[in-house]
Amino acid sequence: MKPRKENSAKIQTKKNPVTMEKDKWILRLYVAGQTPKAITAFTNLKKICEEKLEGKFSIEVIDLLVNPQLGVEDQILALPTLVRKLPVPVRKIIGDLSNTERVLVGLNLLAVS
Amino acid sequence: MKKTEHKLVGKSLQKSPTGIQGFDEITGGGLPTGRPTLVCGGAGCGKTLFGMEFLVRGATQFNEPGVFMSFEETIEELTKNVASLGFDLEDLVRNKKIALDHVHIERSEIEETGEYDLEGLFVRLNYAIDSIGAKRVVLDTIESLFAGLPNQLILRAELRRLFHWLKDKGVTAIITGERGEETLTRQGLEEYVSDCVIMLDHRVNAQTSTRRLRVVKYRGSMHGTNEYPFLIDEAGFSVLPVTSLGLKHIVSNKRVSSGITALDAMLEGKGYYRGSTVLVSGTAGVGKTSIAAHFAEAACKRGERVLYFCFEESPNQLMRNMLSIGIKLEPWVKKGLLQFQATRPTFYGLEMHLAVTHKIVSAFKPDIVILDPINTFVVGDKDMEVKTMLMRIVDFLKANQITALFTSLTSSQGSLESSDAGISSLIDTWLLLRDIELYGERNRGMYVLKSRGMANSSEIREFILTDHGVDLREVYIGARGVLTGSARMAQEALEKAEVLSGKQDIELRKRDLERKRKVLEAQIIALQAEFESEESEALKTIETSQDVLKRLGQDNINMAESRKADNDNISINRLKR
Repeated sequence: MKPRKENSAKIQTKKNPVTMEKDKWILRLYVAGQTPKAITAFTNLKKICEEKLEGKFSIEVIDLLVNPQLGVEDQILALPTLVRKLPVPVRKIIGDLSNTERVLVGLNLLAVS
Repeated sequence: MKKTEHKLVGKSLQKSPTGIQGFDEITGGGLPTGRPTLVCGGAGCGKTLFGMEFLVRGATQFNEPGVFMSFEETIEELTKNVASLGFDLEDLVRNKKIALDHVHIERSEIEETGEYDLEGLFVRLNYAIDSIGAKRVVLDTIESLFAGLPNQLILRAELRRLFHWLKDKGVTAIITGERGEETLTRQGLEEYVSDCVIMLDHRVNAQTSTRRLRVVKYRGSMHGTNEYPFLIDEAGFSVLPVTSLGLKHIVSNKRVSSGITALDAMLEGKGYYRGSTVLVSGTAGVGKTSIAAHFAEAACKRGERVLYFCFEESPNQLMRNMLSIGIKLEPWVKKGLLQFQATRPTFYGLEMHLAVTHKIVSAFKPDIVILDPINTFVVGDKDMEVKTMLMRIVDFLKANQITALFTSLTSSQGSLESSDAGISSLIDTWLLLRDIELYGERNRGMYVLKSRGMANSSEIREFILTDHGVDLREVYIGARGVLTGSARMAQEALEKAEVLSGKQDIELRKRDLERKRKVLEAQIIALQAEFESEESEALKTIETSQDVLKRLGQDNINMAESRKADNDNISINRLKR
């Protein structure tokens, strides 16, 4: 479980550009290294966001193996964890995000659709 | 031989001292180094504090930094809570001696979707450990996770992994757990942590609570198995390994004065043995406390330290009352030789009393300890427990060569010789005070019921409280039985009068005799004088008659010569003369 800087950097480059300031969704995905669960979670998240929040989201992937102190702020225990920083209230979704319906409930996106 | 011994020492389990008073003694050195220990117990029994003290002592005394991961209290709360025990967490955190991390988990904020693990927790813990080079870890109470995370299967698997991970990491860990109904912990943490289990308990018995600690399990090590009372006060945790005391204390031949000369006289003229246990028992108001105060004052005068536990009176009240019989205790308090410790017996449980006594005695190091009175401990039906407690106190004091004086109130109905607390067998010297009611007044009597190792007086003395202290008087024992108080005085006066009148009588007789003799002597003198005068008279008469006779004879001769009578006749007449 050694930190792999290249991988996390690679994921972070995939940030989507922010288009609309008002409806901006800021999502943070916490992982610890390139585990299968982390990769699945990222793939699932990207898919859901692109479908539901096209163009108005940004995903920040934080690898706790690289920056372990960042986990404290968002009270991260389980990994992977997705934190919806904006819009408030902050919500947390844990797991590999394979259950799309529950992710939508968690992100409060079902009502939007 | 030496080599093998060395090897054994090397192989035996390494232990990390907790620095908690008494705990390291029971466990033979502390908690197992590099292994997790489970501390379980009900709410409010001191689990968090136990963990915190382990860390703080480790950081300050043993140079082992520690991580405290709290799942319940926030860092601010924790800092404030332990500040009352004198632990400055902020300072320790600043100096990188301790790392605090609060893990907060809110079920309502969390949505579960698919597979996950608790790697985040591991990462945080790992980060905290590495940031200060921690050797000790406390997880307080990890069971909160069960409330926050719905998937128990994952959680249990992850906990198992966590404890393995902690062992691999080589940190000495404490994991706290809430007590379950049938299991040691509510979530069965003992399944994962099985090297050392410590149970804390907070029990209420007859409205008084006592904290107890027990080492349930300690793999690979000897440990005390009893329940030990412990207390949490301003100096933190302290556990009492009291039941480990044996009967091996050293005895002394030295004697200490009781402070009452007459009482010393009853005890071979020397007083109590140093390090012995003295019981003063008696009915209400017979002067038990006065005897105790005398003892205390005398000890202070010798420069000894006295610890006085009063369970019924406040120190000021006691000092005032003792002043009335001329015992001044206040100067000794000011000098620091006498210390009062006033608590109600019901203030806390027996074990707690024991713990407190233990603690104060260890801190003050007295030569004499007074417990006044002990029977107030007996609330309800706890004779056995009280006896055990007093036995422990006696043992503890004896082991430290401290002379102990207990007072005990006995009810006038029961036998005076059985003290309420049933501790007579523990006592070395037993003074019994009792009322003697006679002729409408009540007096105090005292005798030595027993005194091990000395030829004590068997007399009953009358016990009098004067303005200069306690005085013991001989009681009147005579044809009319035992008399005390004014009856004794009356009897004494009566006897004095009798003696006096007897003396006068003798004097009178003597004088009479003298007079008679004088009279007799005078008579004798008079008679003698009379006789003398008579005698001289008689002698005179005899002389004259002889002269007459002589002259007659001479006349006859003359006449015969003149008539020239027969010579023979003349010679016969001459012969006749």
